[in-house]
Amino acid sequence: MGISALVMLGIGLGAAAILAVAARVFYVKVDPRITATEDALPGANCGGCGYAGCASCAEAIVAGKAPVDACIAGGPEVAIQVAAIMGTEIGVAEPRTANHFCTGGDRAERKFHYEGALDCRALFDLHGGDLRCKVGCFGLATCVRACPFDAIVMGPEGYPEVSAEKCTGCGTCERVCPTKVIQVFKLSDRLMHFNNDHECLPPCRQLCPAQIDIPSYIDLATKGQYAEAVDVIKERNPLPLICGRVCPAPCEAGCRRVAIGDEPVHHNYIKRFVADWEMHHPQAPPVISPETGKTVAVIGGGPCGLSAAYYLRRLGHRPVIFDAKPALGGMARYGIPEYRLPKKTLDFEIDEILDLGVEVRCNQQMGRDFTIADLESEFDATLLAMGAWDNSSLRCEGEDLDGVWKGTEFLQKRELGIKVDLSGKRVVVVGGGNTAMDACRSSLRMGAGEVTLLYRRTRKEMPANQVEIDAAEHEGVKYHLLAAPKRLIGDEKGKLTQIEYIKMELGEPDASGRRRPVAIEGSNTLMDVDVVIAAIGQRPLKDWYTKDLEERGLKLTRWNTIEADEKTLQSDVPHIFTAGDLWSGPALLIDAIGTGRRVARSIQRFLLGLDLGFPEGTFVGPQKLAVSNLVPVLGVGPRVRVSQPELQVADRIKNFEEVDLVVSPESMRDEALRCMRCGTLCYFNDEQRDAHLSGRPLRKKVGELLQNSPTLR
Amino acid sequence: MNHTMELVIGAIFINNILLAKFLGNCPFLGVSKKMETAVGMAGAVVFVLTLAGMITWLVEHYLLAPFGIEYIRTMAFILIIATLVQFVELFLRKSIPALYQALGIFLPLITTNCAVLGVAIINIQEGYDLFDAIVFSAASAAGFGLALVLFAGIRERFETIRVPKQIEGTGIGLVTAGLLALSFFAFKGMI
Ligand SMILES: Cc1cc2nc3c(=O)[nH]c(=O)nc-3n(C[C@H](O)[C@H](O)[C@H](O)COP(=O)(O)OP(=O)(O)OC[C@H]3O[C@@H](n4cnc5c(N)ncnc54)[C@H](O)[C@@H]3O)c2cc1C
Repeated sequence: MGISALVMLGIGLGAAAILAVAARVFYVKVDPRITATEDALPGANCGGCGYAGCASCAEAIVAGKAPVDACIAGGPEVAIQVAAIMGTEIGVAEPRTANHFCTGGDRAERKFHYEGALDCRALFDLHGGDLRCKVGCFGLATCVRACPFDAIVMGPEGYPEVSAEKCTGCGTCERVCPTKVIQVFKLSDRLMHFNNDHECLPPCRQLCPAQIDIPSYIDLATKGQYAEAVDVIKERNPLPLICGRVCPAPCEAGCRRVAIGDEPVHHNYIKRFVADWEMHHPQAPPVISPETGKTVAVIGGGPCGLSAAYYLRRLGHRPVIFDAKPALGGMARYGIPEYRLPKKTLDFEIDEILDLGVEVRCNQQMGRDFTIADLESEFDATLLAMGAWDNSSLRCEGEDLDGVWKGTEFLQKRELGIKVDLSGKRVVVVGGGNTAMDACRSSLRMGAGEVTLLYRRTRKEMPANQVEIDAAEHEGVKYHLLAAPKRLIGDEKGKLTQIEYIKMELGEPDASGRRRPVAIEGSNTLMDVDVVIAAIGQRPLKDWYTKDLEERGLKLTRWNTIEADEKTLQSDVPHIFTAGDLWSGPALLIDAIGTGRRVARSIQRFLLGLDLGFPEGTFVGPQKLAVSNLVPVLGVGPRVRVSQPELQVADRIKNFEEVDLVVSPESMRDEALRCMRCGTLCYFNDEQRDAHLSGRPLRKKVGELLQNSPTLR
Repeated sequence: MNHTMELVIGAIFINNILLAKFLGNCPFLGVSKKMETAVGMAGAVVFVLTLAGMITWLVEHYLLAPFGIEYIRTMAFILIIATLVQFVELFLRKSIPALYQALGIFLPLITTNCAVLGVAIINIQEGYDLFDAIVFSAASAAGFGLALVLFAGIRERFETIRVPKQIEGTGIGLVTAGLLALSFFAFKGMI
């Protein structure tokens, strides 16, 4: 007995001695930050971070492999402590939650190309292609079982639903998910995501300059989940009321309906419908990330500035919008006329953004009321988004006669409350873009006796929205195509009386790909006229570009736009960013909104001291992918497009009432059901097509499948 | 040589420490959900078990037997194995960081793996000499690894098929382990 006790004691002491010596001999010098971080972590060894215990988590944080807020159990307080140890910003202490934010990328191991996009083969194998896959989810509930916090339940559609309150963002679901479609995200990751070439991107989503998840909101709209549909849109575009009315929808060019000889799905009916519904059924404001204490000056409250401010605010920063005009909205307010975009609607949308906590300073013009030095003393970063407000000149004699007006200057008069009486007057509008169309239609509404449009190319080349060109013609605007002004003639009092124009013909294509108009000598014609409105294009003003900006190294291009990094939109001065028309030159609303979100991402990363670059394979703007060369789909035929209800011409040209009306819920649903759900429904893949072409039986006939599909009939 | 082969085959297939003796079930069910971790664990077990088999044999024959105090074997072995694992961890961390990276997180788990203690005790009970003890330890560890990796392969598949609700998770895991054990039973005819 005595011996055994002694031996045990001996072994114990021996072991202790060996370990003590070993600990000395094999001592590995550790970074003091690791020890400090380890002390800050709760020591629960819960594994929520994905590392084996707090010690290895601390090591990973110091090695830069894990973010400072890696610890799930500790929450934001621990993240702040760790951030202090690591010397980074506390702004990153943002909670994470699990989400089906499926970008479609990297999901199943086996993928296949089908017309439209990448999809998961496994889904096809398991369900014969019959499963509606919003998220690439197999519906196996692995995550539901795995969740340690009971935060996930199976929804009525057989897909998991995450309860935001219960979810701690531990990432267990992400680890167990066989297809990796459930992922743990921070709000900012979600809002600041950009399309990537490995993702399942339906063609419309590839082409949208703001990268809106179009199939998702259409899908939600068919189910009557209008508020959710608006949320999906607002993750990419905070101005759906405006875009639902006046966006020319470049996305529609990619619609797969076109490939089967049909008209594209009219996205705007659907977008406008859900946005209008939301206007009448106010929803709770969106979630905002924890405050970061950073401030950003946004100069220019047009669509671009509003979009950037919206996202910056949602990321937890404090944007302040400065605008030279008495009200926000930019060209959407002072350019686009009331009958296309009622100001009441615009105000509602702008107020929604401001209510998130965005400060506004109106009647403040950069270069006149404040300087860049003022901004630098108050703000951490500056965004210049002043749009393109300078009207190009007609470059012909007599331009300063009384009665010769500039397009956007004319259009903004109504909004600024300046009365313009055109009753009985003969008006000639020069140009073929949206400004020209708006000037024509507005002149009619102001009582003009006769409105003629002079454009130097043909109707096909007009850059204006197609609906505008048609509507102006319906309302009685006379088109003088292939004609350019040569000279403006006035009387002795300097008042305009006549315009001399010359006929043109189309020659070789120019740099823009459009055929260059060439004057036909000797075809000069005179026309009596009271007012000429020049609307041949805009470019940015330069009045704000003062010496101090030049000294800081900010450069302008020869089109007066700001020189900045093509992707990140950061100028040569690190804390000055730009976007919208001031960067791109005159473009569309949706371009301005898209670059607004893009620049918000750059500013966010700049403020947090992160690298501004994008992950490999990112598309920052619209990009058509090669895999989506669409071919007709077996069993899917044309379906009539829903037509837009509008005011009768006789009723509408007397006033500025909104012309296009919102569609009924039934029509909206009919239109939404025309969507073929590219990238979310794997109903026709290469395997099937090969089988079809070689006469082998299909695993499941596509036509039959579509017949049985609840949303595609 | 023949005897050694027999020992090896017997330890891996016929008397598989996991499937025939049902030792080390905790890691068997615990880390078998993913192939990656299963392989890591298998490697760590081979490493530690072989070393432990050797050292415990030495302790038994040069410390416990001379004093006639074999009855404290279990207690002594536990202490020794725990120390050994700690020591190995410290050693690897300093000297072979690459191996430490690969096995690091599994080493502490092995301290409590009863397969290690089991094999050390079997070595003594069966009266193996030092060489046999080392061979048997390594082979048992290999058997453990084989069963673990096989099992992980099967369990990974469970994630993507529909399993009846009543036996999801550990339930079907144990049923599968039973079936796997039955199939290993067939190896009995080999020797
Ligand atoms: C008549 C017209 C019709 C159009 N129709 C359509 C259409 O149907 N569909 C479509 O998609 N797009 C249309 N567009 C294009 C669209 O309006 C613009 O692309 C978009 O508004 C650009 O947004 P932005 O924020 O970059 O600039 P802007 O909208 O021009 O906003 C710039 C803002 O900056 C402010 N600002 C300017 N200078 C200063 C300064 N020095 N200091 C402080 N603030 C300043 C301005 O007051 C303004 O609020 C139209 C444009 C015009 C002119």
